[in-house]
Amino acid sequence: MKAEEAVEQRNPMEDFLRMDRIPHIWCPGCGIGTVVTSFADALKKSELDLNKVAVVSGIGCTGRVAGYVKFDSFHSTHGRAIPFATGLKLANPELKVVVFSGDGDIAGIGGNHLIHAARRNMDILVICVNNFNYAMTGGQVAATTPLSANLSTAPYGNFEYPFSLPYLVETCGATYVARWTALHIRRVTRSIQEALGKKGFSFIEVITPCVTLYARRNRLGDGLNLLKYYYDKSEIQHGADTRTVGIDYQGKLIVGKFVDKEKPTFLECMNTQLQKTLGDKYVPYGVKP
Amino acid sequence: MRKLKADPKGVLTGAHYLDGDFAIAEGALAAGCRFFAGYPITPSTETAERFAERIPFVGGVFIQMEDEIASITALIGAAWGGQKTMTVTSGPGFSLMMENIGLAAMMETPLVIANVQRGGPSTGLPTLVGQADMLQVKFGSHGDYEIIALSPDSPQECFDLTVKAFNLAETYRVPVFIMTDECVGHMHEKVVIPPADQIEVVERKWYQGPKDKYLPYKPDKDLVPFMVKAGDGYRFHTTGLTHDERGYPMINAEVQDWCVRHLVDKINKNAHKIIEYQEEEIDNAEVVVVSFGITSRVAVKAVQEARKAGIKVGTLRLITVWPFPEARIKELAKKVKAFVVPELNLGQVRREVERCAFGSAPAIGVPHCGGWVHDPDDILKAIKEAAR
Repeated sequence: MKAEEAVEQRNPMEDFLRMDRIPHIWCPGCGIGTVVTSFADALKKSELDLNKVAVVSGIGCTGRVAGYVKFDSFHSTHGRAIPFATGLKLANPELKVVVFSGDGDIAGIGGNHLIHAARRNMDILVICVNNFNYAMTGGQVAATTPLSANLSTAPYGNFEYPFSLPYLVETCGATYVARWTALHIRRVTRSIQEALGKKGFSFIEVITPCVTLYARRNRLGDGLNLLKYYYDKSEIQHGADTRTVGIDYQGKLIVGKFVDKEKPTFLECMNTQLQKTLGDKYVPYGVKP
Repeated sequence: MRKLKADPKGVLTGAHYLDGDFAIAEGALAAGCRFFAGYPITPSTETAERFAERIPFVGGVFIQMEDEIASITALIGAAWGGQKTMTVTSGPGFSLMMENIGLAAMMETPLVIANVQRGGPSTGLPTLVGQADMLQVKFGSHGDYEIIALSPDSPQECFDLTVKAFNLAETYRVPVFIMTDECVGHMHEKVVIPPADQIEVVERKWYQGPKDKYLPYKPDKDLVPFMVKAGDGYRFHTTGLTHDERGYPMINAEVQDWCVRHLVDKINKNAHKIIEYQEEEIDNAEVVVVSFGITSRVAVKAVQEARKAGIKVGTLRLITVWPFPEARIKELAKKVKAFVVPELNLGQVRREVERCAFGSAPAIGVPHCGGWVHDPDDILKAIKEAAR
């Protein structure tokens, strides 16, 4: 085999994925893999030092991302990816720490950590894949399930109001907030790339079909149908007032970049305050000399 | 594992008048801890306050998290970021930490947790003493695993054992607990902090080999795997799932057997190097009082009275509670009439003494639900009964 042929045969994802762990466990038609591809593409374009990228996941379908990406990667406990990432980032501030997890993990069991990390403007990027249900455990109702959707623990239709994640995190202080569907591949990639280039708490929600559970129980067709359905139902409104972007069952999806602003991060605030109070006696932490 | 001298920046050399909670914070700083995440809870809060006050002059982070679950999880993240980390809590917070104590054990993460025990269960006695988390510390998270737990009996020992706790955590890549109590935590005594060059600190075994050959869970000769930190280019993976040497999840009985036995063996097979206890007048003793923490100081009075009455009483004070000095108790059980075990719970360590004595000698408990320390007369009564 000639050298140039060998180069061509090399999988372009090899720098980003643990090829010895492929194939992955995700169902055909699931959107998580697409988001991972966008993440890899965004990293490639960002030209960040991949040795300084760390990925933290919780538990669930999206929680498996940490196991497939070829970075320093941590598969933590259910709901706790954000505090894990907080410790990691503060211990080694030169890292670019990305939390990659699902809606149940981040907004359900881990909701308390989500709001506090946003409040502190912790310098991490959270990519939240929202498939409107707890998929790993067999399709139970979630904090993001639209009203009336049918799931195994809402067998007669969901009657709890869902979170609107962009509204939630903006209110708590996030400095970058975007929402896309899994089929907005280039836009997801661009959002991740933008967020990777920013300091502060960034949050990207990606609406993704769960073909095996959510789609089947609600008779919404196969993965491709639903992927396309979400895409077609979406309306790009950059800068939309996040109070207006709530999601109704099979309704219109407002997508776009809603928030993009600058604000000092947790470590910057810590250094500023302590310097102000203690002057020269303060030993700065996590700032490059 | 590398043995070094403490970084003088964190060492407040001199003689001080400190309570146990403050002494724990000073021990942590002396040991090289530069990351503390915690949540306020009586009677442990003073440790967090002291750390928050001191760390800006040393260089590091104090963060008050949103709850104890976040605190312990942030420690695990920070430990993999390369820092020595600690938190402090008491009963309710300790219960909240349990799931992620299991994660720390599973990921083989060095960290230190101090539990300033108060009366339980539930909210119990927030401001009053207890010693009833002694089994929870060993068994509180689900599944089989091993940890190390130490029990100081004075503010001085709070300092000394906190340094030791960090050294053990780094040596064995395991969560280490300082199981103190409200009395010791709030007791003010003289604490002597030695010069930095007289404090030995241990640093974890950093892996130095080729980047693509690193296996985060391959046991070394001492059973402890090498560690790296995030950002150094090893691109490693770690998970709370059952995993192989690579840290990759493996969901089958065979790898489960290897993985769990490793966590347990790593501590049990090194137990003889870890265990520390203090004995007095043990050689010809017919009764041995086994105690720990504040109770060992209360027992002193009862032991003195018993000796005046002509009873040959020895004492064994547990400094390491887990792993338990099983072999020593077994050996003593063949020689003594009985053990007396006073503790501020209804018999948690007594049960362990009884197990290790294996029928050779009874273990007579002096149970107490907490809220106050024992009346020494109750311990004396038990010693007299044991000597009969």
